[in-house]
Amino acid sequence: MIEVNNINKQFEGIKVLENISASFQPGAVNMVIGKSGSGKTVFLKCLIGLLQPDSGEILYDKKDLLKMKHRDLKQLRRKMGMLFQGSALFDSKTVLENVMFPLDMFSRKNNREKRKRAEFCLERVNLLDAANLFPSEISGGMMKRAAIARAIALNPKFLFCDEPNSGLDPKSSQLIDELILDITKDFEMTSIVVSHDLNSVMNIGDYIIFLNEGIKEWEGTKDGILNSNNSKMNDFVFASDVFKKIKDAGDMIAGADDSLMLGQ
Amino acid sequence: MSLKSNIESVGDYALLLKRVLSRPDRHREFFKEFFKEVYKLGVSSIWIVVIISFFIGAVIVMQIALNITTPLLPRFTVGAVSREIIILEFSSTIMCLILSGKVGSNIASEIGTMKITEQVDALEIMGVNSANYLILPKVAAFVAYMPVLVIFSMFTGIYGGYLICDILGTPSVETYVYGIQFYFRSALVWKSIAKSMIFGFIIASVSAYNGYNVKGGALNVGKASTNSVVTNSILILLTDLVFTQLTST
Repeated sequence: MIEVNNINKQFEGIKVLENISASFQPGAVNMVIGKSGSGKTVFLKCLIGLLQPDSGEILYDKKDLLKMKHRDLKQLRRKMGMLFQGSALFDSKTVLENVMFPLDMFSRKNNREKRKRAEFCLERVNLLDAANLFPSEISGGMMKRAAIARAIALNPKFLFCDEPNSGLDPKSSQLIDELILDITKDFEMTSIVVSHDLNSVMNIGDYIIFLNEGIKEWEGTKDGILNSNNSKMNDFVFASDVFKKIKDAGDMIAGADDSLMLGQ
Repeated sequence: MSLKSNIESVGDYALLLKRVLSRPDRHREFFKEFFKEVYKLGVSSIWIVVIISFFIGAVIVMQIALNITTPLLPRFTVGAVSREIIILEFSSTIMCLILSGKVGSNIASEIGTMKITEQVDALEIMGVNSANYLILPKVAAFVAYMPVLVIFSMFTGIYGGYLICDILGTPSVETYVYGIQFYFRSALVWKSIAKSMIFGFIIASVSAYNGYNVKGGALNVGKASTNSVVTNSILILLTDLVFTQLTST
């Protein structure tokens, strides 16, 4: 479980995160949503220790990341898997070598076992056919899948995804979403997904927090998104025509129900 | 750049070196990368070293032969002086200045690109010491391979001079070879190799520092690459000055 208490972060006097607290449960896809520039990626980078917050605490199974010794931090990081926005696959290695890399660095398995594990991960993301290709030879969606395979190679407890659908077509986006959901449930991971894609949120989000200008404006489940009273949240959600129509349709049905009730 | 930012850069460089020079996470992985870098940075530089050394060696001999015309100096002086220039300065200092362009910009742009495409962050998230994993094999490989490049450069430089003597006939090949052997001290070769290894360390580590600190986009990768070549050139010349003074007393 990951708990965040009163995280603050500013860059050159500009507040990027302000007093953010949240709790992320295992086996659930936790989503951090918000407009571009709302502080989502900075929040994620603070969570994984790539950025140091100015104040607050980040607890991984009750242990504060910010007070951990270097050795403990290294141990913790081996339990983390991360899917970057641009996939961040190593250009000089093939897809298989990329997936094998964390195993080469940290696993005590022999070469055959490592290869078998890497192939299992690639099979899991349906990418075994591209095992011997270089990242430059595969599509964006395949890169994301390869990055997921690499992220799960060491069987992590925590999975972090930064805009997993950016630059992907709707079909590939859905595939990546389903993959994240399945992996989270299958391996009982604590997944934190940063996104501004509302389709993803409605597809896979179990617990959602909405950031606006560095402030946590709203939190809840996906069912609450369409009925939220938070104006900033509504501005964000109903900027999309599709969701506006869904909301209008919902309101019409509710109105019809009310008139029927009155008629009775 | 202000004095403050220069001092900060020196501090950052020292802190990065501390991370680079730590024990590798996996020795097997380190040696795998080390041999890859030996090929990429060292072996692939042999041709440029050979071509440049050959022509510059020939030109040095031609210039000296043309300018030493006084009958007070014996003709074998051409060989002796060319040898000193090639061994002491050309094969180490000038060759390293050239290599700082080829190898230095390669290292800075490679690491810089990895930085902006979040590959360095990916290593950190996995719990890998990214500075150590990426930079140490490059520094170790380049420093270790430097003597090979220097020796190649010395031989081809001197051979370039030999060939020009053979073609122009002045001085004669025999006189040139006599001059090359005249009062030869092997210590000069060792001095040159030691110097080039220091330069190799500067080229690899300073370029890696520039690449590792890239922020932003592709434009900054180009800037880091240029900065590394400029900084390397200045540091090589300064170090050469200090080294020559220290070893000549």
